[in-house]
Amino acid sequence: MNIVVCVKYVPDATGDRRFEADNTVDRVGVDGLLSELDEYAIEQALQIKEKTGDAEVTVLTVGPEGAVDAVRKALQMGADKGVHVSDEAIAGSCALSTSLVLAEAIKKIDHDLVMFGMGSTDGAMGVLPAMVSERLGVPGMTFGSAIEVDGDKVKIRRDGDTATVTAEGKLPLVASVTDQTGEARYPSFKGIMAAKKKPVETWSLSDLGVDAGLVGLDAASTTVENTEARPPRTAGEIVTDEDGSGAKALVDFLASKKFI
Amino acid sequence: MSEVLVLVDHVGGSVRKTTNEMLTIARRLGEPSAVFIGQLSDDATAALKQYGAEKIYVIDPNAVGPYLVTPKAEVLAQLVEQASPAAVLMSSSAEGKEVGARLAVKTDSGMITDAVDVESDGGTPVATQSVFAGSYTVKSKVSKGTPIIAVKPNSATPEAVDGAGTVEQVSITISDAAKGAQMTGVEPKKASGRPELTEAAIVVAGGRGTGGNFEPVEQLADSLGAAVGASRAAVDSGWYPHTFQIGQTGKVVSPQLYVATGISGAIQHRAGMQTSKTIIAVNKDEEAPIFELVDFGVVGDLHSVLPTVTEEVTKRKG
Ligand SMILES: Cc1cc2nc3c(=O)[nH]c(=O)nc-3n(C[C@H](O)[C@H](O)[C@H](O)COP(=O)(O)OP(=O)(O)OC[C@H]3O[C@@H](n4cnc5c(N)ncnc54)[C@H](O)[C@@H]3O)c2cc1C
Repeated sequence: MNIVVCVKYVPDATGDRRFEADNTVDRVGVDGLLSELDEYAIEQALQIKEKTGDAEVTVLTVGPEGAVDAVRKALQMGADKGVHVSDEAIAGSCALSTSLVLAEAIKKIDHDLVMFGMGSTDGAMGVLPAMVSERLGVPGMTFGSAIEVDGDKVKIRRDGDTATVTAEGKLPLVASVTDQTGEARYPSFKGIMAAKKKPVETWSLSDLGVDAGLVGLDAASTTVENTEARPPRTAGEIVTDEDGSGAKALVDFLASKKFI
Repeated sequence: MSEVLVLVDHVGGSVRKTTNEMLTIARRLGEPSAVFIGQLSDDATAALKQYGAEKIYVIDPNAVGPYLVTPKAEVLAQLVEQASPAAVLMSSSAEGKEVGARLAVKTDSGMITDAVDVESDGGTPVATQSVFAGSYTVKSKVSKGTPIIAVKPNSATPEAVDGAGTVEQVSITISDAAKGAQMTGVEPKKASGRPELTEAAIVVAGGRGTGGNFEPVEQLADSLGAAVGASRAAVDSGWYPHTFQIGQTGKVVSPQLYVATGISGAIQHRAGMQTSKTIIAVNKDEEAPIFELVDFGVVGDLHSVLPTVTEEVTKRKG
C-alpha cells in the first residue's frame, strides 16, 4: 500500500508570528518547523505501515525552500521518501490553489491512502483534505480521532459536537486525523541517521504541469484587506489566597463586574 | 436583491442558535435563504421564518443517504448554480468546513473559515477572523467565484425579523463519487444540562491542577450558570470528555467571562480563550503564564478557593 502524508512547514507557534506588508504570513523572518498537527498524521501512517507490513510512506510538502525541513523531520520519524514542491510563483497562494498543487503532485505519486493533519497550526482552516479529495475524485473522511485500515477499507471515528460518528470508505481515499489519535513518536538517533540517506525530490510547477497563473498571491481566491495586532492583554490584579481571602476577593471582583 | 444561502445547522430537525446568527448575517448581505437537509417540521419552519428566512429549500434526508458530507456539497453546488447567490454561509464546524471546502472546488470559489463577524461592503461580505492564537485580527474578502464563508458560533446577535419562509422542495441526484464514504454508526452525545460551551456567557475550565476532580469546577460553573471546559492535559488524562476541550485542537470560546482553574496557560490553550472579555485564573503557581493575561487572579489551591467562591456566589445570588 502506498501512503502519502501531506505536511506543512509553519512558523513556530511559540515564537513571534506576524504578517508582512502584503498581509501574507511572514514565513522567512521567523523560525519554521513541521506543523505539530501533521505529526499525528505521520504517526498514524507509520502505525498503518507497521500493521500492514508492506506500505510505503511518502511525505509531501508545498512550501518555500526551508519547508524541506518539515519533510526531513517526517523522514526522521520513519517515513520512506519525500517530495518537496517549491516554486516562487506559489508564494501567497490561497487554500484553493494550494489544493490544486497538492492534488497534481499526488497524482504523480503512487497513492492509495492520502493523509493530512486536522489543520495547520498557522492558517488552521482545515479545508485542504476535503479540497484535495474533491479534486482527486476519491472519497474523503476528515477529522478522524481514530483510524484503522482493514484490507481495502478505511474506518474512522469522528467525535463531533453532537454525536460520535463512525464511517467507512474504500481505498483510494483521503483522510485527516486529529491529535486525539495519540502522541506522535520522536525521531530516534537511528531514525535521524537513516533519514540522511532517504530520497527527497524537488518539483517545480512545470514538473506538475500547473500553470503558474493559477497560483500565488495575485490569483488568490481570497484577499486579506487588513491585519491588526490585538493589543496584548495586560495583567490585572493578582492576589494571594490566605485562609479564604482569595476566594472573597474573587467574589468581590465578580460582583464589581456584575457577574453576580 | 440576491439570495444568500445559509446551510441550516440542526440536530435531529431542531434548529441550532448558530443558524439564527447566520440568517442575521445573511440579511446584511442580501435575502436569506435557508437550506434545510432533513425532515422539516413546523417548529423548524417557524424558527427559520422568525430569523428572517425568505425561502426555505428543503432536501429530503433520504436523498443524501448515509453518506458522509459530500452529498451536502452537491446539494449546495446545485443551488448555487440555480440561484447565483451573493454568498453561501455554513457553520465553521468540522462538517461545515468540509461542505464548504468541497463547494469551493466544485464552484471554483474562494472560502473563508472561522469568521467571527461578517459585514457587508456594498453587498460584498467582509469576514473578520481571529488568528495566531487570537493575537491578530484579520479582515478578508473572497475575490473569486461565490463567497463561501464558514461562520463561528456567537458571531452575531440573532435578530428576529419575519421572513416569508416560502418552502421549496429541491430534488437532487447524488453522484456515485459522493457515495464512497459511508456512515456506519451514529451515537448522539448526551446533553450535559449546562449551556453549550461555544455559546455560553461564562465558562469555567479546569486543567491538570484539578488532579482529576472536576467537582469544584462543575459546582462553581453551576452557581454561575456557566459551561464547563477543560485543558488538553485534563482531557488526555481521561478526566473530562474531548468535546469540552478548549484550545487550538478543541473549542475556541469567547465568553464574557472565562475562569481558568489549575491551567498553566500554554499557547495552545490560549488559542481557545484569549479573546474572552474578562479572564480570571486560580492557580497555585504565581509564575504560571496564565496570570499574564488575567483581569483578576488568585494564587492559591483551587480545591480550597473554588468551594468557598461557590458558596459565597450561591449565598449572594440568594
Ligand atoms: C499540537 C498541540 C495542540 C494542543 N492543543 C491544545 C488544546 O487545544 N488545548 C489545551 O488546553 N492544550 C493543548 N495543547 C497542550 C498544551 O501545550 C498544554 O500541555 C496544556 O494546555 C496544559 O494543560 P494544563 O494547563 O491543564 O496543564 P499544566 O500545564 O500541567 O498546568 C497545570 C497548572 O495547574 C496548576 N495547579 C496544580 N495544582 C493546582 C491546585 N491544586 N490549585 C491550583 N492550581 C494548581 C499548576 O501550577 C499549573 O500551572 C496542545 C499541544 C500541542 C503540541
